Amino acid sequence: MMIPYVAVMNSPLDPVALRAEAHDPRAGSVVVFEGCARNHHDDKDVELLAYEAFESMAVTELEKLRTEAMERFGLTQCIIHHRIGVVPLCEAAVVVVTASAHRKESFEAVVWIMDIIKERVPIWKRERYTEGGESWVEGEQRH
Amino acid sequence: MLTVLCFARYRELLGFDRAEFPLGAEGTLGELLADPRFASLPKDALLAVNRTFVDRQQPLKDGDEVALMPPVSGG
Repeated sequence: MMIPYVAVMNSPLDPVALRAEAHDPRAGSVVVFEGCARNHHDDKDVELLAYEAFESMAVTELEKLRTEAMERFGLTQCIIHHRIGVVPLCEAAVVVVTASAHRKESFEAVVWIMDIIKERVPIWKRERYTEGGESWVEGEQRH
Repeated sequence: MLTVLCFARYRELLGFDRAEFPLGAEGTLGELLADPRFASLPKDALLAVNRTFVDRQQPLKDGDEVALMPPVSGG
């Protein structure tokens, strides 16, 4: 099955399959980043995360982001998949694969891509806390 | 007609997720958002028309899809 280079999906992500797509004899460096559901945020214990997206716009923004990253860092490949719906602790909410001739570009590209995702890709996180209660996360703030 | 979509916390804040609004005399998104129904919309809201980020000066036309979005928190 053809794996899309960018995707927003309501099912577990498959970093191994995405890494295989970066197979390229020009790539001396392949970086696989998984952003995983973490059990705390500041001082609160988190039990569960759930993500919502404006799906069609999120895919468009991820496509733009991928194109920009490929050009900016001279990548041989770039794949970005984001999960929505409930993401249990330890599971990946986002997987980014970057490949380049040398390691610096692919490492830097992942950091840059994650920064831009947190700036302009329309996806929102909701946290449920162990002590009870839930809140939306907006940028760095909780509501 | 305009379609207005609200996401995440804004659904509860504004009380709808999708609504149709007649294209009134308002020429820009800012003028549409001056309607009292949008009074609770936070100043830092992200705005899009037809899935492209815009600001309040964006002119509106019949059939446009307006999205009202909180600051994002993916990743």
